[in-house]
Amino acid sequence: MAHAQTEAKPIVEREQALDWLRQMLVIRRFEERSAMLYQRQKIGGFCHLYSGQEACAVGSIGVLRDDDYVITAYRDHGHAIARGMEPRAGMAEMLGKAAGCSKGKGGSMHFFQADRNFMGGHAIVGSHIPLAAGFAFASKYRGDEKVTLCFFGDGAMDQGALHEAFNMAGLWKLPVIYVVENNLMSMGTHLHRHSAVLDLTRRGGPPYGFPGVAVDANDIEAMAEVTLEAANRARAGEGPTFIEAKTYRYRGHSMSDPMKYRTKEELEKARERDPIALYEVVLRERGWVDDESLELMQAEVKELIDEAIRFAEEAPEPELDEVYTDITVSPYIPQE
Amino acid sequence: MAVMQYREALNLAMTEEMERDDRVFLMGEEVAEYNGAYKVSQGMLDRFGEKRIVDTPISENGFAGIGIGAAMVGLRPIVEFMTFSFSYVAFDQLVNNAANMRYMSGGQFNVPIVFRGNSGIAGNLGATHSHRPEALFAHFPGLKVMMPSTPSDAKGMLKAAIRDDDPVIFIEHENLLGDKGDVSEDPDFVVPIGKADVKREGSDVTIITYSRSVITSLKAAEKLEEEGVSAEVLDMRTIRPLDLDAILNSVTKTHRAIIVEENWPYCGIGAGVADRIYRAAFDELDAPIQRVTAKDAPLPYNRRLELDMLPSVERVVEAVNQVLYR
Repeated sequence: MAHAQTEAKPIVEREQALDWLRQMLVIRRFEERSAMLYQRQKIGGFCHLYSGQEACAVGSIGVLRDDDYVITAYRDHGHAIARGMEPRAGMAEMLGKAAGCSKGKGGSMHFFQADRNFMGGHAIVGSHIPLAAGFAFASKYRGDEKVTLCFFGDGAMDQGALHEAFNMAGLWKLPVIYVVENNLMSMGTHLHRHSAVLDLTRRGGPPYGFPGVAVDANDIEAMAEVTLEAANRARAGEGPTFIEAKTYRYRGHSMSDPMKYRTKEELEKARERDPIALYEVVLRERGWVDDESLELMQAEVKELIDEAIRFAEEAPEPELDEVYTDITVSPYIPQE
Repeated sequence: MAVMQYREALNLAMTEEMERDDRVFLMGEEVAEYNGAYKVSQGMLDRFGEKRIVDTPISENGFAGIGIGAAMVGLRPIVEFMTFSFSYVAFDQLVNNAANMRYMSGGQFNVPIVFRGNSGIAGNLGATHSHRPEALFAHFPGLKVMMPSTPSDAKGMLKAAIRDDDPVIFIEHENLLGDKGDVSEDPDFVVPIGKADVKREGSDVTIITYSRSVITSLKAAEKLEEEGVSAEVLDMRTIRPLDLDAILNSVTKTHRAIIVEENWPYCGIGAGVADRIYRAAFDELDAPIQRVTAKDAPLPYNRRLELDMLPSVERVVEAVNQVLYR
């Protein structure tokens, strides 16, 4: 049995904790079923799965206000669901349907949901990191005390956009939290082969005048705690925080990745500290779940994802003239 | 009406729009305390304060992205590139994020932002500082591209760009900044996006052009008039979306056209415009369209070589003579 790491003293109420566990289960099942649909060629293009990293998104987004902003990279299904996206809207997007969260125009890498301030999945590595600073710039400009939470992978640490945005975020004390989900792999290149300095908290915050803190991101409540502290700092006008969330992904970079760059043993070792299993142990120890309630929760999650897939498969394709809509706010004139 | 420089007209447009709408702010290198590298934002820091006139580090990709982010959540940024040659460092933000955001999000987010700054073959600046980026940006669905040739257009077009709800690439010309002309002081004077302008009427040939090449073309038209040729000079003003109706109206009248631009020829603006004319009005043409462009080489530092690259009055006249079979 996995050993519980989280602090003995809970930082959340029972109801919140069960909701977080449920969200992680939803994400895991959504991803595993997506893999099957991809193999059956129902989902096309590039598809990057989040399995193993669930506690990063659920723990950190879980402590935000509803009006805060969330933005992430292309491995975006988990963050969208944690932010409140209905699995059916995400699944329909993966299948390219008009009922998808981006009307079938975005795909797996470009989930958006404006009414939850979910500001997108973004598919150019590092490109969304300045956008996050822009949301935070607007919050400071307006004085609305909103916080922006921005996720990216360890590969994005090596992009120039990150350096430029971090410098301005630090210089202007913008209310933004930058979370690197360090899963040790920049696509197929291990951290020690892509980063000159292995301790990312030395690369991420301090060089730009804001704190960098590392956290075991398999421990959802630890993840929640550091994010809440960072959010409080940001709302108090004290500027950005950089969080290195130490995590691991079970799947390849994308569905087309055979994962020849890591051993079976490494993967098995990582699975021993599965964030969902760990949290189940914690919640059992607190007496908040038992076999019966976990089984019930699993069954509900299974039904939710089954329903999402049914919905997505039955949803209509976009009309062909949709290709010319949503390009500009003003009437669009194709230059043909 | 007041007589003012092109740069002063740009300043007035921004000032009026910032007075009108507190969501509008200006961001870029040296725009505040330095009063603008080309003095376009002269005095704006004093007027609006550092919250709304924002000096940035030399981080074009970073501050372009910050502007796009701020626009996605409802502000209306004006982002100045010291020159548009430097926008290439921010290319990813402009073509991936600004251009695609509305589409990728299925219409949920729009990006009301203006990227502005000068460009052009401006004088001894060499290959890296003489770019004409309009053909690149006009290629992208989702972007609008505007290029004013006169102080009046500079003001009216920039106001339209700031009021627009989509990303606008607003490209000024370094050599036009000091040009003087009549400019309306009416705060409601706006030149709409997508509207070309006949800068000189004529009946024998249409010279389709934009930005500084309008000035060159007007000089050529004067010279041609002395030779008994009546040339119409049509200023495109907006590069994307193209005012095809205005072009076809003129070509249907004159039956001959040349296209003058400071761009390189291959895949330049003229290539796209000529294609549109041929497909829409081939039967109206009495001669193949001729193009006058920069020569197809990187920009040399040497002034003599540089001047030889540029569309000149002589080259415009020569192209007109070709389509008139003179």
